[in-house]
Amino acid sequence: MLLDANAGHHQDDELVPAAEPHAGHAPLDTAVETQADLSAEMKAIGEAYARALKDGAEPETQPRLDFAPYRSSILRHPTKSLHHADPETIELFSPAFGHQDVHALEADLTIQHNGEPQGERIIVQGKVLDGDGRPVAGQLVEIWQANAAGRYIHKRDQHPAPLDPNFTGVGRCITGPDGSYRFSTIKPGAYPWKNHLNAWRPAHIHFSLFGTDFTQRIVTQMYFPGDQLFPLDPIYQSIVDQDARDRLVATYDHELTSPEWALGYNWDIVLTGSKRTWTENEAYGDAADEE
Amino acid sequence: MSKLTPTPGQTVGPFYGYALPFTKDNELLAPGSPGSIRLQGTVYDGAGETIPDAILEIWQPDAHGNVVQRTGSLVRDGYTFTGWGRASVGNSGVFTFTTVNPGTTPAIPGKPAAAPFISVAVFARGLMNRLFTRIYLPENEEALAADPLLSSLEPERRKTLIARRDADGGLTWDLRLQGKDETVFLDFEHVEGTSK
Ligand SMILES: [Fe+2]
Repeated sequence: MLLDANAGHHQDDELVPAAEPHAGHAPLDTAVETQADLSAEMKAIGEAYARALKDGAEPETQPRLDFAPYRSSILRHPTKSLHHADPETIELFSPAFGHQDVHALEADLTIQHNGEPQGERIIVQGKVLDGDGRPVAGQLVEIWQANAAGRYIHKRDQHPAPLDPNFTGVGRCITGPDGSYRFSTIKPGAYPWKNHLNAWRPAHIHFSLFGTDFTQRIVTQMYFPGDQLFPLDPIYQSIVDQDARDRLVATYDHELTSPEWALGYNWDIVLTGSKRTWTENEAYGDAADEE
Repeated sequence: MSKLTPTPGQTVGPFYGYALPFTKDNELLAPGSPGSIRLQGTVYDGAGETIPDAILEIWQPDAHGNVVQRTGSLVRDGYTFTGWGRASVGNSGVFTFTTVNPGTTPAIPGKPAAAPFISVAVFARGLMNRLFTRIYLPENEEALAADPLLSSLEPERRKTLIARRDADGGLTWDLRLQGKDETVFLDFEHVEGTSK
Protein backbone atom coordinates (compact mmCIF):
# COMPACT_ATOMS: atom_id res chain seq x y z
CA MET A 1 0.00 0.00 0.00
CA LEU A 2 1.05 3.56 -0.48
CA LEU A 3 1.38 5.41 2.77
CA ASP A 4 2.61 8.92 2.85
CA ALA A 5 2.31 9.38 6.58
CA ASN A 6 5.72 10.95 6.74
CA ALA A 7 5.19 13.40 3.93
CA GLY A 8 5.79 16.90 5.12
CA HIS A 9 7.87 15.69 8.03
CA HIS A 10 11.01 15.34 5.97
CA GLN A 11 13.14 18.23 5.06
CA ASP A 12 13.91 17.70 1.42
CA ASP A 13 17.38 19.14 1.65
CA GLU A 14 18.36 16.36 4.02
CA LEU A 15 17.34 13.64 1.58
CA VAL A 16 19.61 11.97 -0.92
CA PRO A 17 18.85 13.39 -4.36
CA ALA A 18 16.90 11.00 -6.57
CA ALA A 19 19.55 11.06 -9.29
CA GLU A 20 22.46 10.65 -6.96
CA PRO A 21 25.78 9.93 -8.65
CA HIS A 22 27.32 6.72 -7.40
CA ALA A 23 29.40 7.68 -4.42
CA GLY A 24 32.10 5.09 -5.00
CA HIS A 25 34.75 4.17 -2.50
CA ALA A 26 36.45 7.15 -0.97
CA PRO A 27 40.22 6.83 -1.17
CA LEU A 28 41.68 5.67 2.11
CA ASP A 29 43.33 8.43 4.06
CA THR A 30 46.81 7.26 4.95
CA ALA A 31 47.09 9.63 7.92
CA VAL A 32 44.03 8.20 9.59
CA GLU A 33 44.20 6.31 12.86
CA THR A 34 43.62 2.59 12.94
CA GLN A 35 41.22 0.46 14.92
CA ALA A 36 44.19 -0.79 16.94
CA ASP A 37 44.98 2.79 18.03
CA LEU A 38 41.41 3.39 19.08
CA SER A 39 41.01 0.00 20.75
CA ALA A 40 44.12 0.65 22.84
CA GLU A 41 42.70 3.99 23.99
CA MET A 42 39.36 2.44 24.88
CA LYS A 43 41.08 -0.41 26.71
CA ALA A 44 43.03 2.05 28.86
CA ILE A 45 39.83 3.92 29.75
CA GLY A 46 38.11 0.63 30.57
CA GLU A 47 40.95 -0.48 32.82
CA ALA A 48 40.99 2.82 34.67
CA TYR A 49 37.24 2.48 35.23
CA ALA A 50 37.66 -1.09 36.52
CA ARG A 51 40.26 0.16 39.02
CA ALA A 52 37.96 2.99 40.13
CA LEU A 53 35.14 0.48 40.69
CA LYS A 54 37.47 -1.68 42.76
CA ASP A 55 38.35 1.38 44.82
CA GLY A 56 34.70 1.87 45.60
CA ALA A 57 33.51 4.28 42.89
CA GLU A 58 29.82 4.17 42.10
CA PRO A 59 29.02 2.39 38.82
CA GLU A 60 28.45 4.81 35.94
CA THR A 61 25.10 4.62 34.19
CA GLN A 62 25.41 7.12 31.35
CA PRO A 63 27.91 7.69 28.53
CA ARG A 64 30.84 9.93 29.33
CA LEU A 65 30.48 13.32 27.71
CA ASP A 66 34.26 13.48 27.55
CA PHE A 67 35.18 10.36 25.59
CA ALA A 68 38.07 11.14 23.25
CA PRO A 69 37.93 7.88 21.23
CA TYR A 70 34.79 9.35 19.64
CA ARG A 71 36.82 12.07 17.95
CA SER A 72 33.92 14.40 17.21
CA SER A 73 33.26 14.70 20.94
CA ILE A 74 36.61 16.30 21.72
CA LEU A 75 35.45 19.88 21.04
CA ARG A 76 31.81 19.20 21.79
CA HIS A 77 31.73 18.22 25.47
CA PRO A 78 31.42 20.67 28.34
CA THR A 79 34.62 20.85 30.35
CA LYS A 80 32.88 22.20 33.44
CA SER A 81 30.84 19.74 35.46
CA LEU A 82 27.09 19.88 35.02
CA HIS A 83 25.52 22.28 37.49
CA HIS A 84 22.97 20.85 39.88
CA ALA A 85 19.55 22.44 39.58
CA ASP A 86 16.22 21.67 41.16
CA PRO A 87 13.69 21.36 38.35
CA GLU A 88 11.29 24.28 38.16
CA THR A 89 7.60 23.97 37.37
CA ILE A 90 7.94 23.88 33.58
CA GLU A 91 10.62 21.19 33.79
CA LEU A 92 8.32 19.02 35.90
CA PHE A 93 6.00 18.69 32.91
CA SER A 94 6.48 17.46 29.36
CA PRO A 95 4.88 18.57 26.13
CA ALA A 96 1.73 16.61 25.37
CA PHE A 97 1.49 14.50 22.24
CA GLY A 98 -1.48 12.58 20.97
CA HIS A 99 -3.04 10.81 18.06
CA GLN A 100 -3.46 14.16 16.37
CA ASP A 101 0.34 14.25 16.15
CA VAL A 102 1.07 10.71 15.04
CA HIS A 103 -0.83 8.41 12.67
CA ALA A 104 -1.07 4.81 13.87
CA LEU A 105 0.51 3.59 10.62
CA GLU A 106 3.71 5.54 11.30
CA ALA A 107 4.75 2.67 13.59
CA ASP A 108 5.11 0.38 10.57
CA LEU A 109 8.24 1.29 8.62
CA THR A 110 7.64 -1.51 6.11
CA ILE A 111 4.50 -0.01 4.54
CA GLN A 112 5.57 3.52 3.77
CA HIS A 113 6.08 2.94 0.04
CA ASN A 114 4.59 0.95 -2.82
CA GLY A 115 6.69 -2.17 -2.34
CA GLU A 116 8.26 -4.27 0.38
CA PRO A 117 11.61 -3.07 1.69
CA GLN A 118 14.60 -5.38 1.37
CA GLY A 119 15.97 -7.12 4.43
CA GLU A 120 15.04 -9.01 7.54
CA ARG A 121 11.62 -7.95 8.82
CA ILE A 122 11.56 -7.39 12.59
CA ILE A 123 9.20 -6.30 15.34
CA VAL A 124 10.66 -4.11 18.08
CA GLN A 125 8.47 -3.85 21.12
CA GLY A 126 8.85 -2.74 24.70
CA LYS A 127 7.77 -0.36 27.40
CA VAL A 128 8.77 3.13 28.40
CA LEU A 129 9.00 3.28 32.19
CA ASP A 130 10.05 5.97 34.60
CA GLY A 131 12.68 5.43 37.26
CA ASP A 132 10.06 4.15 39.69
CA GLY A 133 8.83 1.56 37.22
CA ARG A 134 5.66 3.46 36.34
CA PRO A 135 4.59 3.25 32.69
CA VAL A 136 4.96 6.44 30.67
CA ALA A 137 1.59 6.52 28.89
CA GLY A 138 0.55 8.56 25.87
CA GLN A 139 4.02 9.86 25.08
CA LEU A 140 5.89 10.27 21.82
CA VAL A 141 8.48 7.73 20.66
CA GLU A 142 10.46 8.52 17.50
CA ILE A 143 12.89 6.19 15.74
CA TRP A 144 15.22 6.40 12.74
CA GLN A 145 17.62 3.93 11.24
CA ALA A 146 19.69 2.78 8.28
CA ASN A 147 18.24 0.30 5.79
CA ALA A 148 19.22 -3.36 5.62
CA ALA A 149 22.36 -2.45 3.69
CA GLY A 150 23.50 0.06 6.30
CA ARG A 151 22.50 3.17 4.37
CA TYR A 152 20.53 6.17 5.63
CA ILE A 153 18.35 8.31 3.38
CA HIS A 154 20.41 11.32 4.34
CA LYS A 155 22.51 13.52 2.10
CA ARG A 156 25.48 13.32 4.42
CA ASP A 157 25.56 9.52 4.31
CA GLN A 158 28.30 8.75 1.80
CA HIS A 159 28.36 4.98 2.35
CA PRO A 160 28.21 3.41 -1.13
CA ALA A 161 25.60 0.84 -0.10
CA PRO A 162 22.29 0.80 -1.98
CA LEU A 163 19.36 2.95 -1.02
CA ASP A 164 16.07 1.08 -0.82
CA PRO A 165 13.25 2.86 -2.65
CA ASN A 166 10.81 1.10 -0.35
CA PHE A 167 12.42 2.08 2.92
CA THR A 168 12.75 5.49 4.54
CA GLY A 169 13.69 4.37 8.04
CA VAL A 170 11.64 6.79 10.14
CA GLY A 171 8.87 5.79 12.55
CA ARG A 172 6.78 7.27 15.33
CA CYS A 173 4.24 6.10 17.83
CA ILE A 174 2.43 7.15 20.99
CA THR A 175 2.88 4.83 23.96
CA GLY A 176 -0.14 2.90 25.23
CA PRO A 177 -1.64 3.17 28.73
CA ASP A 178 0.92 0.58 29.91
CA GLY A 179 3.83 2.54 28.40
CA SER A 180 4.14 0.09 25.52
CA TYR A 181 5.42 0.86 22.04
CA ARG A 182 5.71 -1.38 19.01
CA PHE A 183 7.39 -0.88 15.64
CA SER A 184 7.51 -3.10 12.56
CA THR A 185 10.67 -2.47 10.59
CA ILE A 186 13.70 -3.99 8.87
CA LYS A 187 16.83 -4.98 10.72
CA PRO A 188 19.32 -2.17 10.01
CA GLY A 189 22.75 -3.03 8.63
CA ALA A 190 26.07 -2.09 10.19
CA TYR A 191 27.69 0.88 8.48
CA PRO A 192 31.16 2.42 8.21
CA TRP A 193 31.98 5.88 9.51
CA LYS A 194 35.02 8.10 9.49
CA ASN A 195 36.05 8.18 13.14
CA HIS A 196 39.11 6.09 12.26
CA LEU A 197 40.21 3.69 9.55
CA ASN A 198 37.81 0.75 9.29
CA ALA A 199 35.37 2.13 11.86
CA TRP A 200 31.97 0.41 11.72
CA ARG A 201 28.89 1.13 13.78
CA PRO A 202 27.13 -1.93 15.20
CA ALA A 203 23.57 -2.23 13.84
CA HIS A 204 21.32 0.11 15.80
CA ILE A 205 18.04 1.98 15.82
CA HIS A 206 18.00 5.58 17.09
CA PHE A 207 15.28 6.26 19.68
CA SER A 208 13.95 9.59 20.95
CA LEU A 209 11.79 9.56 24.09
CA PHE A 210 9.82 11.86 26.35
CA GLY A 211 8.72 11.23 29.91
CA THR A 212 6.21 12.97 32.13
CA ASP A 213 8.85 15.56 33.07
CA PHE A 214 11.06 17.38 30.55
CA THR A 215 14.05 16.38 32.72
CA GLN A 216 13.45 12.81 31.51
CA ARG A 217 14.00 13.66 27.84
CA ILE A 218 16.41 11.24 26.20
CA VAL A 219 17.80 10.28 22.80
CA THR A 220 19.58 6.95 22.60
CA GLN A 221 20.31 3.93 20.39
CA MET A 222 19.04 0.36 20.60
CA TYR A 223 21.43 -2.42 19.62
CA PHE A 224 20.98 -6.09 18.70
CA PRO A 225 22.27 -8.95 20.88
CA GLY A 226 25.62 -10.54 20.15
CA ASP A 227 27.02 -7.88 17.83
CA GLN A 228 30.73 -8.48 17.23
CA LEU A 229 31.31 -4.75 16.71
CA PHE A 230 30.47 -3.76 20.32
CA PRO A 231 34.06 -3.85 21.63
CA LEU A 232 35.29 -1.82 18.66
CA ASP A 233 32.72 0.99 18.65
CA PRO A 234 33.61 4.25 20.44
CA ILE A 235 29.96 5.31 20.69
CA TYR A 236 28.81 2.13 22.42
CA GLN A 237 32.03 2.11 24.47
CA SER A 238 31.46 5.70 25.64
CA ILE A 239 29.35 3.96 28.27
CA VAL A 240 32.18 2.46 30.28
CA ASP A 241 30.07 0.24 32.52
CA GLN A 242 29.10 -3.14 31.08
CA ASP A 243 25.77 -3.37 32.94
CA ALA A 244 24.87 0.07 31.62
CA ARG A 245 25.85 -0.89 28.05
CA ASP A 246 23.71 -4.00 28.30
CA ARG A 247 20.68 -1.78 28.92
CA LEU A 248 20.91 -0.64 25.29
CA VAL A 249 20.81 -4.16 23.87
CA ALA A 250 17.45 -5.62 22.90
CA THR A 251 16.53 -9.20 23.76
CA TYR A 252 15.54 -11.64 21.06
CA ASP A 253 12.03 -12.79 21.99
CA HIS A 254 10.68 -15.86 20.23
CA GLU A 255 7.25 -15.28 21.77
CA LEU A 256 7.17 -11.96 19.96
CA THR A 257 8.39 -13.47 16.69
CA SER A 258 5.52 -13.62 14.23
CA PRO A 259 5.34 -17.00 12.40
CA GLU A 260 6.23 -16.83 8.70
CA TRP A 261 6.61 -13.07 9.08
CA ALA A 262 9.06 -11.28 11.39
CA LEU A 263 11.60 -11.82 14.18
CA GLY A 264 10.77 -10.22 17.53
CA TYR A 265 12.99 -8.09 19.74
CA ASN A 266 12.06 -6.70 23.11
CA TRP A 267 13.56 -3.56 24.58
CA ASP A 268 12.30 -1.66 27.62
CA ILE A 269 13.49 1.89 28.22
CA VAL A 270 13.81 3.33 31.71
CA LEU A 271 13.81 7.09 32.08
CA THR A 272 14.98 8.94 35.17
CA GLY A 273 12.54 9.28 38.03
CA SER A 274 9.75 11.82 37.88
CA LYS A 275 10.44 14.73 40.23
CA ARG A 276 6.84 15.88 40.31
CA THR A 277 5.04 15.50 43.63
CA TRP A 278 1.36 15.29 44.43
CA THR A 279 1.37 18.96 45.42
CA GLU A 280 2.41 19.98 41.92
CA ASN A 281 -0.05 17.58 40.35
CA GLU A 282 -2.77 19.12 42.44
CA ALA A 283 -1.71 22.65 41.66
CA TYR A 284 -1.85 21.98 37.92
CA GLY A 285 -4.76 19.57 37.85
CA ASP A 286 -2.54 16.70 36.73
CA ALA A 287 -3.22 17.79 33.18
CA ALA A 288 -0.26 15.79 31.92
CA ASP A 289 -2.06 12.53 32.56
CA GLU A 290 -5.01 13.49 30.41
CA GLU A 291 -4.74 12.85 26.76
CA MET B 1 15.32 7.40 45.33
CA SER B 2 14.54 5.76 42.02
CA LYS B 3 14.10 2.03 41.93
CA LEU B 4 15.18 1.32 38.36
CA THR B 5 18.45 2.37 36.75
CA PRO B 6 17.89 4.66 33.77
CA THR B 7 18.76 3.54 30.26
CA PRO B 8 21.87 5.34 29.01
CA GLY B 9 21.59 8.05 26.38
CA GLN B 10 23.61 8.04 23.18
CA THR B 11 24.57 10.71 20.67
CA VAL B 12 21.89 11.80 18.21
CA GLY B 13 24.53 11.17 15.52
CA PRO B 14 24.73 12.87 12.12
CA PHE B 15 21.68 11.37 10.42
CA TYR B 16 18.69 12.70 12.38
CA GLY B 17 18.00 15.31 9.69
CA TYR B 18 15.43 13.29 7.79
CA ALA B 19 13.76 12.01 10.96
CA LEU B 20 13.48 14.56 13.76
CA PRO B 21 12.66 17.77 11.87
CA PHE B 22 9.06 18.33 10.80
CA THR B 23 7.08 21.12 9.17
CA LYS B 24 6.88 24.24 11.38
CA ASP B 25 8.85 22.43 14.07
CA ASN B 26 10.39 25.72 15.23
CA GLU B 27 7.17 27.76 15.00
CA LEU B 28 5.45 27.61 18.38
CA LEU B 29 3.43 30.46 16.95
CA ALA B 30 3.11 31.55 13.35
CA PRO B 31 5.78 34.17 12.62
CA GLY B 32 4.30 37.66 12.74
CA SER B 33 1.31 36.67 14.83
CA PRO B 34 0.43 38.96 17.76
CA GLY B 35 2.78 38.52 20.71
CA SER B 36 5.23 36.34 18.79
CA ILE B 37 8.96 36.91 19.09
CA ARG B 38 11.97 35.45 17.34
CA LEU B 39 14.42 33.51 19.49
CA GLN B 40 17.71 32.96 17.71
CA GLY B 41 21.26 32.02 18.42
CA THR B 42 24.38 30.27 17.26
CA VAL B 43 25.88 27.01 18.49
CA TYR B 44 29.67 26.91 18.97
CA ASP B 45 32.19 24.19 19.76
CA GLY B 46 35.29 24.44 21.94
CA ALA B 47 37.34 25.95 19.12
CA GLY B 48 34.79 28.72 18.65
CA GLU B 49 33.63 27.19 15.36
CA THR B 50 29.93 27.06 14.61
CA ILE B 51 28.32 23.62 14.71
CA PRO B 52 26.08 22.75 11.76
CA ASP B 53 24.81 19.43 13.11
CA ALA B 54 23.03 20.23 16.35
CA ILE B 55 19.31 20.19 17.07
CA LEU B 56 17.64 22.08 19.93
CA GLU B 57 14.31 21.72 21.65
CA ILE B 58 12.59 24.35 23.74
CA TRP B 59 9.79 23.81 26.25
CA GLN B 60 8.20 26.74 28.01
CA PRO B 61 5.08 28.16 29.64
CA ASP B 62 2.86 30.55 27.71
CA ALA B 63 3.06 34.32 28.12
CA HIS B 64 0.87 34.14 31.24
CA GLY B 65 3.01 31.49 32.93
CA ASN B 66 0.65 28.60 32.26
CA VAL B 67 2.10 25.16 31.63
CA VAL B 68 0.40 24.15 28.39
CA GLN B 69 -0.71 20.55 28.01
CA ARG B 70 -2.16 20.62 24.53
CA THR B 71 -1.35 18.17 21.77
CA GLY B 72 -0.62 19.19 18.19
CA SER B 73 3.07 20.12 18.18
CA LEU B 74 3.88 17.74 15.31
CA VAL B 75 0.94 18.81 13.16
CA ARG B 76 0.58 22.48 13.97
CA ASP B 77 -2.79 24.08 13.30
CA GLY B 78 -1.32 27.59 13.28
CA TYR B 79 -3.00 28.93 16.40
CA THR B 80 -2.60 26.37 19.23
CA PHE B 81 0.41 27.21 21.37
CA THR B 82 1.81 23.91 22.68
CA GLY B 83 4.88 25.30 24.43
CA TRP B 84 7.29 22.94 22.67
CA GLY B 85 9.36 23.24 19.53
CA ARG B 86 12.40 21.83 17.79
CA ALA B 87 14.95 23.61 15.60
CA SER B 88 17.78 22.16 13.55
CA VAL B 89 20.85 24.31 13.43
CA GLY B 90 21.62 25.34 9.87
CA ASN B 91 24.96 25.20 8.05
CA SER B 92 25.98 28.47 9.67
CA GLY B 93 25.30 27.12 13.17
CA VAL B 94 22.24 29.33 13.64
CA PHE B 95 18.90 28.21 15.05
CA THR B 96 15.64 30.14 15.10
CA PHE B 97 12.34 29.73 16.93
CA THR B 98 9.16 31.76 16.81
CA THR B 99 7.63 31.78 20.27
CA VAL B 100 6.40 34.05 23.07
CA ASN B 101 8.15 35.53 26.08
CA PRO B 102 7.59 32.93 28.80
CA GLY B 103 5.52 34.10 31.75
CA THR B 104 6.33 33.46 35.39
CA THR B 105 5.01 30.09 36.54
CA PRO B 106 3.61 29.92 40.07
CA ALA B 107 6.35 29.00 42.52
CA ILE B 108 6.56 25.38 43.60
CA PRO B 109 5.02 25.29 47.10
CA GLY B 110 7.69 25.91 49.70
CA LYS B 111 10.30 27.08 47.18
CA PRO B 112 11.40 30.53 46.03
CA ALA B 113 9.99 31.66 42.69
CA ALA B 114 12.07 31.18 39.57
CA ALA B 115 12.56 33.98 37.09
CA PRO B 116 10.85 33.30 33.75
CA PHE B 117 12.88 31.06 31.44
CA ILE B 118 12.69 28.69 28.50
CA SER B 119 13.88 25.13 29.11
CA VAL B 120 16.28 23.78 26.47
CA ALA B 121 17.46 20.29 25.48
CA VAL B 122 20.52 20.15 23.22
CA PHE B 123 21.48 17.31 20.88
CA ALA B 124 24.43 17.19 18.47
CA ARG B 125 26.66 14.87 16.55
CA GLY B 126 29.70 14.43 18.77
CA LEU B 127 27.69 15.14 21.90
CA MET B 128 27.41 11.85 23.78
CA ASN B 129 24.23 12.62 25.66
CA ARG B 130 21.66 15.40 25.56
CA LEU B 131 22.30 18.46 27.66
CA PHE B 132 19.78 20.60 29.50
CA THR B 133 20.04 24.32 29.97
CA ARG B 134 17.81 27.40 30.36
CA ILE B 135 17.28 30.70 28.55
CA TYR B 136 16.28 33.48 30.94
CA LEU B 137 14.71 36.76 29.87
CA PRO B 138 17.04 39.73 30.44
CA GLU B 139 14.41 41.95 32.09
CA ASN B 140 13.50 42.11 35.75
CA GLU B 141 16.87 42.20 37.50
CA GLU B 142 15.18 41.58 40.82
CA ALA B 143 13.66 38.27 39.72
CA LEU B 144 16.96 37.22 38.13
CA ALA B 145 18.86 38.00 41.32
CA ALA B 146 16.42 35.95 43.39
CA ASP B 147 16.30 32.97 41.03
CA PRO B 148 17.56 29.82 42.80
CA LEU B 149 19.68 28.62 39.88
CA LEU B 150 21.10 31.98 38.77
CA SER B 151 21.96 33.00 42.30
CA SER B 152 23.95 29.78 42.72
CA LEU B 153 26.25 30.71 39.80
CA GLU B 154 29.29 32.93 39.49
CA PRO B 155 28.45 36.12 37.53
CA GLU B 156 30.63 34.98 34.60
CA ARG B 157 28.76 31.70 34.27
CA ARG B 158 25.36 33.15 35.11
CA LYS B 159 25.39 35.42 32.06
CA THR B 160 25.56 32.40 29.71
CA LEU B 161 21.93 31.67 30.62
CA ILE B 162 20.53 35.14 30.03
CA ALA B 163 19.37 36.14 26.54
CA ARG B 164 19.91 39.53 24.93
CA ARG B 165 16.86 41.56 23.93
CA ASP B 166 17.01 42.54 20.28
CA ALA B 167 15.77 45.89 18.96
CA ASP B 168 12.80 44.17 17.31
CA GLY B 169 11.74 42.59 20.61
CA GLY B 170 13.27 39.20 19.85
CA LEU B 171 15.80 37.28 21.92
CA THR B 172 19.33 36.25 21.04
CA TRP B 173 21.04 33.52 23.01
CA ASP B 174 24.17 31.68 21.91
CA LEU B 175 25.12 28.21 23.01
CA ARG B 176 28.73 27.21 23.65
CA LEU B 177 29.31 23.52 24.23
CA GLN B 178 32.84 24.10 25.44
CA GLY B 179 35.54 26.67 26.11
CA LYS B 180 35.54 30.25 27.26
CA ASP B 181 31.98 31.30 28.13
CA GLU B 182 30.90 27.65 28.06
CA THR B 183 27.14 27.54 28.64
CA VAL B 184 25.99 26.27 32.01
CA PHE B 185 24.43 22.83 31.58
CA LEU B 186 22.20 21.33 34.20
CA ASP B 187 22.05 18.12 36.18
CA PHE B 188 18.67 17.41 37.72
CA GLU B 189 19.65 14.03 39.11
CA HIS B 190 22.51 14.55 41.51
CA VAL B 191 23.30 17.00 44.21
CA GLU B 192 26.59 18.75 43.51
CA GLY B 193 29.58 16.93 44.91
CA THR B 194 28.18 13.41 44.50
CA SER B 195 29.39 11.08 41.79
CA LYS B 196 27.80 11.01 38.35
FE1 LIG C 1 23.11 5.68 13.23
